[in-house]
Amino acid sequence: MALSKKTRIAVAGYLFLLPNFVGFLVFTSIPVIVSLVLSFCKWDLFTPPKFVGVHNFTLLFHDADFWRYSLNTLFLMLAIPVNMMGSLFLAMVMNQKLRGIVVFRTIYFLPSIVAGVGTYLLWKWMFNPDYGMINTIITHWSPGWFYDAMRRLCGEWPPRRLQSMGWAKPALMLMGFWTTVGGYNMILYLAALQGVPLDLYEAADIDGANRWQKFWRITWPMVSPTTFFIFTMSLIGGFQGGFEQAIVMTGGGPAGATTTISYYIYNHAFQWNHMGYAAAIAWVLFAAVFTATLLNWRFGGRVVHY
Amino acid sequence: MTNARTSACKTVTYLVLGFVGLFMLLPFFWMLATSLKPADEVFTSFDNPVKAFVPRRVHTENYGQVYAATSAMGGGFARWYINSILVAVVVTLGQVTTSACAAYAFARLKFPGRDKLFLSYLGTMMIPGAVTMIPNFILMRKITEWLGATAPAVDWMQMRQVMLFGHVYDVGRLAGFDSYFALIVPVMFSAYGTFMLRQFFMSIPRDLEEAATIDGCGLFRIFTRIILPLSRPALATLIIFTFMGNWQSFYWPLIMVSQDSMKTLPLGLLTFMGLYSTQWTLLMAGSLMMIVPMIIVFVVGQKWFISGIQLGALKG
Repeated sequence: MALSKKTRIAVAGYLFLLPNFVGFLVFTSIPVIVSLVLSFCKWDLFTPPKFVGVHNFTLLFHDADFWRYSLNTLFLMLAIPVNMMGSLFLAMVMNQKLRGIVVFRTIYFLPSIVAGVGTYLLWKWMFNPDYGMINTIITHWSPGWFYDAMRRLCGEWPPRRLQSMGWAKPALMLMGFWTTVGGYNMILYLAALQGVPLDLYEAADIDGANRWQKFWRITWPMVSPTTFFIFTMSLIGGFQGGFEQAIVMTGGGPAGATTTISYYIYNHAFQWNHMGYAAAIAWVLFAAVFTATLLNWRFGGRVVHY
Repeated sequence: MTNARTSACKTVTYLVLGFVGLFMLLPFFWMLATSLKPADEVFTSFDNPVKAFVPRRVHTENYGQVYAATSAMGGGFARWYINSILVAVVVTLGQVTTSACAAYAFARLKFPGRDKLFLSYLGTMMIPGAVTMIPNFILMRKITEWLGATAPAVDWMQMRQVMLFGHVYDVGRLAGFDSYFALIVPVMFSAYGTFMLRQFFMSIPRDLEEAATIDGCGLFRIFTRIILPLSRPALATLIIFTFMGNWQSFYWPLIMVSQDSMKTLPLGLLTFMGLYSTQWTLLMAGSLMMIVPMIIVFVVGQKWFISGIQLGALKG
C-alpha cells in the first residue's frame, strides 16, 4: 500500500459520504437546477418543453389569483404570533414545580404529534355547521341574548364555518392553534425558561419589581433567542403551509378563500400540467421565504439578547 | 408570600392547566364518541351537548365496517396499513443509515471540498419542497421510458403481482408511478438527518477514537463500535422523528400513487373520505385507527422526543 494516511482518510470520507451524496444529487441538487430551468419554459408534459424566457414571471405578476392566494397565505400566517404567545404562556405555567406536570405536557403535545390527514378529517367534522361539535356547543350553551345579538350582527349564527367565506380562514387558524400551541414550540420555550438564572428574579424581587415588570425585563429578553428561532421556523413553514388542509378539508374553497400558494402550485403542476408555471411560482415562493428569513435575521437580530 | 396566597396560586394554575387540557382533548373525545355511534345518531340534534359525547349504545361495529367497506379497494384499510408500515420502516432505515455514514464523514474525516459540500447541504434545507417536487415528479414519470430504452427486455410499465400464502397481491410497477420504488427511494436521503447527526458526532470527545486507532482499529470499526453506540440518544430521536414524519407523509405519495392497492394510510383515508363523505362514524373510526400507532410511538419514545427537539434547536 503506497497510499499515505491522509489519502486513505480522504478516500474513506468519500466512500462514507457516497450513498447519501448520490441521493442528494439526484433528488435534491439536480432537481433544484431543473426546476429553475423549467421556470423559464412552458411545458405540459405531452409536447416538448418550450423556452419562453421570463414570460412565466410576467404572467405571474399579472395573475390576480396568485396575489389573492398570496394574501390568503399571509392572512393565515397572522396566527403565528398568537400561537407563539400561547406557547410561551403555557410554558410559563408549566415551568412551575407542580405535581402531574408531565401528564399535562403529554396531553398538550398530543395534537402536534398526530396532526395530519386524520386530524384534518376530525376538524372538518367538528366544523360541520349543523351537527359538528363546535356549533352544537355554541347553539346550546350560549345565552339567548348573546345568540340573538350575534345573529343580528353577523347575519348567520352560528357561522357555517368552513363553508363560509368569512369564517373559513379563522376556522383553519383555530385548528392550527390547537395543533401547534402545545407542541415543539412550547417544549423549546420550556427549555429556554429553565435556562434563565433564578438569581435574576431574586434580584428583581429585592428591587420590588412586580410580575409584569419581571416578565418584560427578565423573561422576555432571556427567551428572545428562542422566540427568534421559533419565529424564523414558523415563517418558513407558514409560507409553504395550507396544502393538506386545502386538499382534505376545503378543496381550497369556498371560492378560493382557503387556497394558499402551496395549493396553487399543486394545482398548476399536478392537476393542470403547467410544469413551467408551477416551477416559476415555486421559485417566487422560495424567494419570499429567503427574503423573509433574511429580513428577520437583519432586523430581528437587533432585539435578541444573547 | 403567605401560604394562603401560594395555594390560591396553585389552584389557579391547575385550573388553567385543566382548562387547556380539556381544549386539547375534547376533539379526541369527539372523535372517539363519533366512531362508536350508529350511523344515523350523528345526525340528530341534542338538547344538551354533553349527550353528543356519549353514544346511546356503544357501536363498535364501525371499526370492522371500515375494513369491510374498503376491502374491495385493492385490499383496503388492511393493505394501506401494511403499505404505511413498510414505507415508513424502509425509509427510516435508509435515511438513518445514509445520514449516519455521511454525518461521520462530515464530522470526522478530512477530504477536499468537505466544508463546501456541507454548506450546500445546509443551503438546501431552506428550499421549499415544491421546488424539488416538480422535477422529481417528472423524473418518476419519465423513468419507466428511460429504463425501457436501456433495458428493453424488462416490461417496466407492467403492474406486477406476487403470490404470498396462496393469495395474489398487486405490488405495482418496478419503478415510476404506482411503485414502491417511487414511494421509498426519492425520500430515503435526508439533509436534515445528516446535519443533526453531524452536530451530535462533533460533540463526542475524540480520545476514544485515538486510543482505538493506536490499537489498530480501522475507520469503519471506529464508526460502528464507538461513534454509533455513543450516539444512541441522537439516533433514537432521529428514528422516531423520521418514522412519524413518514407515517403522516401525504404530498409525495399523493402525486406518485393512483392505484388503490399501492396507497398509504393518509391517501387511503382521503380516498375513503371521497366515497363515504357523510359517513362520519366510519371516517372517525378510520382516522382513529390511523393516529393510534402514532400515539403509542409517542408515549413510548417521549423521552427521546423532548430531548431531540431541544437538541435540534440549541445546536442548530
